Amino acid sequence: MSLINIFSDYTLRTVALGSALLGAISGVIGTYTVLRKQSLVGDAVSHAALPGIGIAFLLTGSKNIEWLLLGAFISGWLSLYIVNSIIKNSKVKYDSALGMILSVFFGLGLVILTYIQKIPDSNQAGLEGFLFGQASTLLKRDVIVMSIVGGAIIIIIALLWKEFKLLSFDPEFCQVSGFPKEKLDLILTTLIVIAIVTGLQTVGVVLMSDMIIAPAVSARQWTDKLSVMVILSSIFGGLSGVIGTIISSSTRNLPTGPVIVVIISAISIISLFIAPGRGIIWRRMRDKKNKKRLNRNIILNSIYNLNIEGNRIQGYSLEDLSISKGDFNFPINTIEKELEKLETLDLVKGKDEKWYITEKGINEIEDFRGRLEE
Amino acid sequence: MKYAVEANDLTVAYHKKPVLWDIDLEIPSGVLMAIVGPNGAGKSTLIKTMLNMIKPVTGETRFWGEAYEKQRKNIGYVPQRGSVDWDFPTNVLDVVTMGTYGELGWFKRAGKKEKEKAIKALEKVDMLPFADRQISQLSGGQQQRVFLARALVQNADIYFMDEPFQGVDAKTEKAIINLLRELRSMRKTVVVVHHDLQTVEEYFDWVTLLNKVIIASGPAEKVFNEENLMKAYKSKVDKLFS
Repeated sequence: MSLINIFSDYTLRTVALGSALLGAISGVIGTYTVLRKQSLVGDAVSHAALPGIGIAFLLTGSKNIEWLLLGAFISGWLSLYIVNSIIKNSKVKYDSALGMILSVFFGLGLVILTYIQKIPDSNQAGLEGFLFGQASTLLKRDVIVMSIVGGAIIIIIALLWKEFKLLSFDPEFCQVSGFPKEKLDLILTTLIVIAIVTGLQTVGVVLMSDMIIAPAVSARQWTDKLSVMVILSSIFGGLSGVIGTIISSSTRNLPTGPVIVVIISAISIISLFIAPGRGIIWRRMRDKKNKKRLNRNIILNSIYNLNIEGNRIQGYSLEDLSISKGDFNFPINTIEKELEKLETLDLVKGKDEKWYITEKGINEIEDFRGRLEE
Repeated sequence: MKYAVEANDLTVAYHKKPVLWDIDLEIPSGVLMAIVGPNGAGKSTLIKTMLNMIKPVTGETRFWGEAYEKQRKNIGYVPQRGSVDWDFPTNVLDVVTMGTYGELGWFKRAGKKEKEKAIKALEKVDMLPFADRQISQLSGGQQQRVFLARALVQNADIYFMDEPFQGVDAKTEKAIINLLRELRSMRKTVVVVHHDLQTVEEYFDWVTLLNKVIIASGPAEKVFNEENLMKAYKSKVDKLFS
C-alpha cells in the first residue's frame, strides 16, 4: 500500500484511529503507574491476560472480541489479586511476586493456546495474534468501544484528580486526609487493567507494557508538572500510534504493534537524552560546568586555608599551592590557568610570581562554605 | 481531665509477630510529647496505628473521647520525610496545598482560598520564597519544612510528627522547635517521634518511652531518667554484649 492511500483508505483510518486512542489511553494511565513505581505491574497484567483470552475462547467457542477481552480483563485482574495476596501472606517481595505471576500466567496462556490449535475445526486461527497484536483486525466497532473506554477513564481521572495525585505522591497522607488508600488503589488498578486490555488487540500481550511505561517516562523528562505530564504522555502515546500505523502500512509485512512500540521507544530514548533539565546531555553539560567551578573553588580554598594557617595575608607561589593540594593532583599548568581565571574575577591577585587572595575571594569562599553547611 | 489521646490495649502484629504489645497511653491536651525508644521499638507503628493507618489486632484509640473518624479533621500528620519520592512532578506550593484536601473532601478542587492558606503556612516555616520551586530541588531541611507547612494547613488541634528532626540542618531544627513551641502556646497537642536523647528534656515537656511495650509515660522530669532509659534500651545493650 502506498503512502498516498493512507488518509483515504477506510481500514487504515480505522487502524490509525484505534492505535492513537490506545496510545493516548495507556499514556494517561501509564503516568500514574510510572509515578507510583509500578511499571512492572503493566508487564505482569498484560502477560497475565493471555490465559484469559484462551479460556474465554474455550468457554464461548467464539472469537468475539468482547468475550476475549473480558477474559483478558478477568485474568489480568486476578493476577494482581494473587500478587497482592502473595505479598500479604509471605516474605516474597513485590517485584519477585510480579515476576513469578507474570511467567506462570504467560506460560499457562501459551499452553492453552497450543491446546486450542490442536482442536480440530476449532476455527482458532488468529488467537496467537494476541501475542504481538494484529492491528489490522481493528474494526470501527472496536474504535468506538475504545473511545468510550478512553472517555470514561478521562472523566474518572478528572473527577479524582487530587485524590489520585495525593495517592501517588504520599499514600499515607492520602489515608489520613480521609481518602481510603485501598479503595483508590483498587480504582486505579482497575483502570490500569482496562487500559492494558484495550491495547492487547493492537499491540499484543508481550509488548503492551511498553505502551504503559514509555509515554510516561518520556513525558516526565519534559515537565515538572503532573497535569502537563498526563497530557504530554497521552500525546506521545497517541502520536506513536498514528506514526506506527502509517509506517507499517507503507511497507509490506511490517507488523503494526511492534512498529508502534519501536516509535514510542524512540521517543523515550530521545527524551532521555535531550530533554532540558533532566536529559542526559543536559546533565553532562551541567556537570562539566560544576566541575569547572569546583576546580576553581578548590584552588581558591587552598589559598584561603594557607592564609588561615599562616594567620596573615600572604602570597604563595605555584609550587606552594601544588604541594598544599598534593592529594588532588592538579597539574601545575591547570592551577596556573585557574588562577588566571580567578584573577579576572578579582578573587585573587598575582604579583611577583606570588598569588594573593583578595577580600572578594575570601568572601566568595566563606559564602560557598556557608551555603554548603545549610 | 479529658485526654487528647487515649489508647487502650493496642496490640499490633506483623506477620503474626507482635510489634506493639498491650499499649495503654494517655496524652493530655496541650503537651509537647516525645516518643522515644530504640530502633525497631515500634514508634512509627504506634502513631500510624493511632491514626488508623495500621489495623491493630486488639484495642482502640480515642481522641477527646471520640473515635478517629469523628475527629479526623482535628488531627494533623507529618510523615517521615523519606516516605515519599521527592522527584514527584510537583512544586512546593502544591504539596502544601495538599494539607487542605482532607477538609475539601471528595471531588472538590483546591481553589484560591486553599492556596492562600498554603501561602500563609509557607510563610510560617520561612519557605515562601520557595513556593514555585520544584520539590526535587529542596534540601532535606527544606523538605521537612514543606511537610510541616502542609500539616499547619490542616489546622488541627493535635499533630503527630514522625521524626521531623531526622537529618535536618541546624536552621531547620531551630525552626521546627520554635514552631512546636508556638503550637503549644496555642494549646495544641503535639506528639513527636524523636531520636535524639540529648534534646528530649530541652524540647519536650512530656515523654513516652517505648520498646514494644510502654516503659514509662508522663512529664519529662518524672519519667525521663536513667532507670527508664536503661529499661527501654536494655534489650539492645544486652544483645550487644551477649
